[in-house]
Amino acid sequence: MASAQGTSPLNKPAQQVSDDARGYYTHGEPLVDPVAPTGPIDQRWTQRVFDNRLVNPANRRKLDIIIVGTGLAGGAAAATLGEAGYNVKSFCYQDSPRRAHSIAAQGGINAAKNYKEDGDSTFRLFYDTVKGGDYRSRESNVYRLAEVSANIIDQCVAQGVPFAREYGGLLDNRSFGGVQVSRTFYARGQTGQQLLLGAYQAMERQVAAGTVTQYTRHEMLEVIVADGKARGIVARDLVTGEIETHLADVVVLANGGYGNVFFLSTNAMGSNVTAAWRAHRKGAYMANPCYTQIHPTCIPVSGAHQSKLTLMSESLRNDGRIWVPKKAEDCDKDPRDIPEEDRDYYLERIYPAFGNLVPRDIASRQAKNMCDEGRGVGPAVTEVGPDGTEQQVRRGVYLDFADAISRMGRKAVETKYGNLFDMYARITGEDPYETPMRIYPAVHYVMGGLWVDYHLQSTIPGLFVTGEANFSDHGANRLGASALMQGLADGYFVLPNTIREYLADGPFEKIDESHPAVVEARTDVEQRIQKFLSINGTRSADSFHKQLGNIMWEYCGMERSEEGLRKAIDMIRDLKKEFWTNLRVLGTNESINQSLERAGRVADFIELGELMCIDALNRRESCGGHFRAESQTEDGEALRHDDEFAYVAAWEWSGEDGLPVLHKEDLIYTAIEMKQRSYK
Amino acid sequence: MRLTLNIWRQRDAASAGSMQKYELDGVSEDMSFLEMLDVLNEQLNEQGEEPVAFDSDCREGICGNCGLMINGQAHGPEVTTTCQLHMRSFKDGDDITIEPWRSDVFPVLRDLIVDRSAFDRIIQAGGYISANTGSAPDAHAAPVEKKKADRAFDVATCIACGACVAACPNGSASLFMGAKITHLGELPQGQPERYDRVVNMVGQHDAEGFGGCTNIGECTAACPKEIPLDVISQLNKDLRTALKQGR
Ligand SMILES: Cc1cc2nc3c(=O)[nH]c(=O)nc-3n(C[C@H](O)[C@H](O)[C@H](O)COP(=O)(O)OP(=O)(O)OC[C@H]3O[C@@H](n4cnc5c(N)ncnc54)[C@H](O)[C@@H]3O)c2cc1C
Ligand code: SF4
Ligand code: FES
Repeated sequence: MASAQGTSPLNKPAQQVSDDARGYYTHGEPLVDPVAPTGPIDQRWTQRVFDNRLVNPANRRKLDIIIVGTGLAGGAAAATLGEAGYNVKSFCYQDSPRRAHSIAAQGGINAAKNYKEDGDSTFRLFYDTVKGGDYRSRESNVYRLAEVSANIIDQCVAQGVPFAREYGGLLDNRSFGGVQVSRTFYARGQTGQQLLLGAYQAMERQVAAGTVTQYTRHEMLEVIVADGKARGIVARDLVTGEIETHLADVVVLANGGYGNVFFLSTNAMGSNVTAAWRAHRKGAYMANPCYTQIHPTCIPVSGAHQSKLTLMSESLRNDGRIWVPKKAEDCDKDPRDIPEEDRDYYLERIYPAFGNLVPRDIASRQAKNMCDEGRGVGPAVTEVGPDGTEQQVRRGVYLDFADAISRMGRKAVETKYGNLFDMYARITGEDPYETPMRIYPAVHYVMGGLWVDYHLQSTIPGLFVTGEANFSDHGANRLGASALMQGLADGYFVLPNTIREYLADGPFEKIDESHPAVVEARTDVEQRIQKFLSINGTRSADSFHKQLGNIMWEYCGMERSEEGLRKAIDMIRDLKKEFWTNLRVLGTNESINQSLERAGRVADFIELGELMCIDALNRRESCGGHFRAESQTEDGEALRHDDEFAYVAAWEWSGEDGLPVLHKEDLIYTAIEMKQRSYK
Repeated sequence: MRLTLNIWRQRDAASAGSMQKYELDGVSEDMSFLEMLDVLNEQLNEQGEEPVAFDSDCREGICGNCGLMINGQAHGPEVTTTCQLHMRSFKDGDDITIEPWRSDVFPVLRDLIVDRSAFDRIIQAGGYISANTGSAPDAHAAPVEKKKADRAFDVATCIACGACVAACPNGSASLFMGAKITHLGELPQGQPERYDRVVNMVGQHDAEGFGGCTNIGECTAACPKEIPLDVISQLNKDLRTALKQGR
């Protein structure tokens, strides 16, 4: 693409007129990325890699790097920085680095390889990602992501990642998430697993080489900020309960996403926000926390016991047809007995051009609308409303393969989707070849996260944030198969080239355990744990978590309104009070205590939930995964307000009793012009 | 349904453990096995008794974190992970015995949680391909025959849950190890280190105290990912070749 692109601004800074969140926050100084690159967009990263200072190989051994997280982002970084000769300490809460939740990703990973010669390019991947993010991401970061994507595939193949191949022995690609080129690399339905094992094995090789030390079953509970710089962490050994201090020259957070703030999500049981939230409370800004992705094709909730939700690849929407009965009274009938004319293929009806392949947020919101109208299907489950009242609701829509089976034959459907059908049958006890599947949307991914600059450094010097934990690349919505790409881009290629600019000034003056900042962080952690163990109330951490989840799902889920968000904030504040006076954690600190672990995570989720609602309340526009009831077109589609909201909302913590401070970073595009999306 | 649960309780690695009996009512067949335990734990917490500790994370059958001996079978009666087992596999009035993995190499840390770090150490000994970041040639530089690529993938799906070890009368981790050796050995990228890999991994396996393989096949029967027994033949073949080469 033309290198002139990226030299002059194409839009003006936003001027916010509305102020829905007044009273809930205070205004802060505008935020500017201090290391934002300039110049032609396709030269910015190459130039930066060259400009960033190098660290003498003899010095690297003397530099200690702490990495919290062993998913794609953390594992890839640990391996790469270990190979470079730094002294890396890697932390995860699971019993092995290989179990990070990246393992669960199914669909695939994007890369602009253009192996299919279908017109793909770095610029097209960049363009699709910015557009997919509804023009709420930073263009320099996204361009870089697209640029390094091709190297990721090379790296993974060299490590032995068994991607799907064609008969000629070359790599196979598929098209994913509604884009028109085939750029998604995959390993059957287990791409995340195979990529993570590649990173894990590379990291274990460094453990053997002595450059990486792994601390499994360890949970980071505090970041140590000494003399203005991140210098270490306080972690709890989850087996012995010992509170440990780990010091370093730099700290990297790669702790994944916080979708579990909704209690039910496709995230792992242990996925949490604690590492990021503790950093937030120490001065790291949290950016766009309300941007959440809700995935339309998950297995519906089966009852109050539900502990998590299971995603089924959205590739199912390529051949399955989504419908609900036209009449509410048909909802408890056997779907096979409902004649064609009584079925409402609502996506095909409302969006004739895209049909069942509309973007994730639209498919999700429409499913909710159908169920809210009383046309949901499947067993009615008791829904405990956020205020504690119970109601019976059917939360499901049909995803029907009957047409596909008669068109392609059962065999072809089996080859394409067999493992998904099996999984569905195992979980629900129903046979999807015989009766339509039932699906419902679930929280899947968060685009929001800790604010970082172009170097992935947060507002705390020496604290870097990678992977889903940062906010940087996906704007208000993420394209399918792009989170794996970002995690590995950050870990293998971006962070190793930006962190050296910071480390070139090191090693920093040693601090020890008696430093006041260390003592303070440790004491905070110890006191918090004692507090959890001594409240001695009546409710488990899980029960608070479920209640928080209900509030968030109802008021800060697929559709958000001014009134609802205000209500949610009040409810969360009450919940917080009850949590700290009525929690019951049995047992002691001195052994494995899963109730204690959960209590810490839930405490942080409660505070995050409040901030998410405030952020959502402030953003009186609909963009990407964020749909505000007050901002829609006449026919109910999302309406963005670039003039008011083309900015990153970065929130600063201002104490337990203070109001969060909003810092705005303008989004100025130089290579792409903003457009309203339309799928009609 | 109503169940009687016999569960292994153990405070920590140093303490002795014992089986405890619990009655649980109101279990629905749509619950997963672990959700059933969640319900039990919520009940215990209410009664002022410490909840039962067990590992799980993804609850989708992919992370390998969960793993229980259920009525003496690793992961219970179905070919799947413990987290994907559902209560419709049981019936009202059942007595269910729940224990941690049985293996001296996987010491119990608390209740149903064991220490499987030996698996990481086996991988550290050689379960990788050395390819520093940034040094890779273009991904299409070395085509891989589809049959081999598919086979590599099939065996690379091992989730390191440890069921094979728990099920094996000898406490061998050969299936786990064979899966990795076969995965990397099928690919052109894995050839340069192929024979050192097998020698080093087997050396670590034995040093950890895992037993030898005598071809009983309990491992593959218990494996939720259906890793086939022939990965162990591949392992042995590679090992013989390596030893002949004097490695
Ligand atoms: C079911 C599912 C399917 C998906 N499918 C796709 C897909 O097909 N394509 C795609 O591109 N994306 C997909 N995604 C999204 C993608 O998988 C994730 O965004 C990505 O893997 C996140 O990687 P990560 O390295 O940032 O975090 P994670 O892999 O979540 O790793 C987090 C790490 O941080 C550690 N950690 C967290 N908190 C602490 C703490 N306090 N102390 C110590 N350690 C801590 C954990 O132990 C873990 O090691 C999917 C996500 C889900 C849930
Ligand atoms: S081989 Fe099978 S049983 Fe053994 S660890 Fe791997 S997945 Fe588990
Ligand atoms: S909890 Fe992940 S495999 Fe069972």
